[in-house]
Amino acid sequence: MTVEASTQAAPPRPAAPARHRPVFVIALFLALAAVPLAVTLGLPAHWLTLVTRAMIFAIAALSLDLILGVGGLVSFGHAAFIGIGAYATGIMITEGQTEALIILPVLLAACAVFAAVTGAVSLRTRGVAFIMITLAFGQMAYFLAQALSAYGGDDGLTLYEQSTLAGFEPFANRTTFFYVVLAVLAFCHVLVRALVASRFGRVLRAARENATRVTMTGFDVGRVRLVAYVISGMIAGLSGFLLANQTEFVSPAFISWQRSGELIFMVVLGGVGSLHGAILGALAFLIAEDVLSGLTEHWKVIFGPMIVLFVLFTRGGLVGLLGRLTGRRDG
Amino acid sequence: MAEPVLALIGINKAFGALKVTDCVSLAVQPGELHALIGPNGAGKTTLVHQISGVLRPDAGQIMFKGRDITELASEKRAQAGLARTFQITSTIPSLSVLENVALGVQARAAHPLALLRNAAEDAALNEPAWAAIAAVGLTERAHVLAGRLSHGEKRALEIAMALTLEPSVILLDEPLAGVGREEGERLIALLNSLKGRYAMLLVEHDMEAVFALADTVSVLVYGRVIASGDPASVRADPAVREAYLGEEG
Ligand SMILES: Nc1ncnc2c1ncn2[C@@H]1O[C@H](COP(=O)(O)OP(=O)(O)O)[C@@H](O)[C@H]1O
Ligand SMILES: [Mg+2]
Repeated sequence: MTVEASTQAAPPRPAAPARHRPVFVIALFLALAAVPLAVTLGLPAHWLTLVTRAMIFAIAALSLDLILGVGGLVSFGHAAFIGIGAYATGIMITEGQTEALIILPVLLAACAVFAAVTGAVSLRTRGVAFIMITLAFGQMAYFLAQALSAYGGDDGLTLYEQSTLAGFEPFANRTTFFYVVLAVLAFCHVLVRALVASRFGRVLRAARENATRVTMTGFDVGRVRLVAYVISGMIAGLSGFLLANQTEFVSPAFISWQRSGELIFMVVLGGVGSLHGAILGALAFLIAEDVLSGLTEHWKVIFGPMIVLFVLFTRGGLVGLLGRLTGRRDG
Repeated sequence: MAEPVLALIGINKAFGALKVTDCVSLAVQPGELHALIGPNGAGKTTLVHQISGVLRPDAGQIMFKGRDITELASEKRAQAGLARTFQITSTIPSLSVLENVALGVQARAAHPLALLRNAAEDAALNEPAWAAIAAVGLTERAHVLAGRLSHGEKRALEIAMALTLEPSVILLDEPLAGVGREEGERLIALLNSLKGRYAMLLVEHDMEAVFALADTVSVLVYGRVIASGDPASVRADPAVREAYLGEEG
């Protein structure tokens, strides 16, 4: 019998397949950066606010894609983190603390704790049970917000001030606000991309496909998923901070299960697991919502079926569609 | 004989009324290739599941390198050097061969879950991975996605993944099942090349392969070990001939 495997010299290593440059992503961010200019050139002025809002939701959708698309965990309670971020911001501003350098650490810690506690429970389950438990925790946060009678309760909380950053007022001017949000979105995108490509991300991706194999390779899959869940929750909390500053109003509706469902829609619409797909999905969702609601008051009747049809007929969402149109595999 | 690297002591497991593992005791010596044979449904896979921690025995003890691991989580067993392959091949389909194997290297690396450093171009992971890939003869296929491999190649990949754990024992659940003749011969040569360097518990249906490869053969029938010893004496055992070899031809 031969002992070929161990004694013969191995054949030369094949070259790694060429990697695509992230053309779509760069084009997307360039297009976003040009929106304020487009507004000065005649795009309706409310687009500045609209795209700012869409980018804020893109941050939340991106964070959801980390656990949903990359980790394979369909969380139906992700709006809770936006809510915690928004309420932490609203409450602290109401109490006279506007400084973002104080608000942000508190808010991120609150999101991390909520994610760690609810994640430790919900990640014991998979599939439909996980969806239901995250939904239940989301509803819990919703009712908690409703019960906050000192901070508006059911009616919500109006903010009479915006956050400051090291004494400056980055949110007072709408164009500045736009670029702050764009910068935060770009930062989060780079961060999440790096996470996905890291050792940690490889384990998270592998566990989505075959958790047993990953466990048998010596990884604690539950712990990896919990860390991803916490990071995801913190990024969503950041979007809540921006949302509170944009709307200057916080209400339980931020945490409703419909909002969580919309976030899932955005991710699916854009293309699950690609990260920039989630961004694209959020932009498309909010812009389509805005345009359609301007056309008719029955826009939801059109919007719902439109999304369902779109998802049914484009495998891989917007990113998959773009890829097929341009003959590329990924962005 | 030296201290066994893996020892099962009076393992019992039942699914409802069905006794699938019936007071099984068995030892694997360092460097030994111990084959476990038995007809379909004898409880071989269930036994491998208990050794690797997928299932807990109802009673009995599993000793690994002198340590009681009966209650230890699967990932801790793997970290301690207990590797396994699956009867139904188990890889990460959308990762390349190189990435699948590098995942195993990563598990033993200094920072297995580093958060931001790129993993795909990490030489500290890839170099040992290339070595394991070469050992199983998959070098030319290193950049192919695991899901696109032939059945035999997937089997080889699983073995490469096991090797990266620097295992003290490798549990192999029917590594030749469903593999064509040519690929099967290549896999047998591979197992032979690993023999002596790793202790292995080889569950196998292919009798020819088992008797050619094994140092020790144990026969499992209805969850019980009915014979255990060197291949020649097991082959001659009348109980084995009646219960198993006879009907197989
Ligand atoms: N999870 C389970 N629940 C109930 N019965 C099972 C389960 N897993 C295996 N069995 C039964 O246990 C017996 C042994 O199965 P298995 O260990 O797969 O045998 P082998 O690998 O030797 O073919 C079979 O009768 C099988 O149907
Ligand atoms: Mg079996």
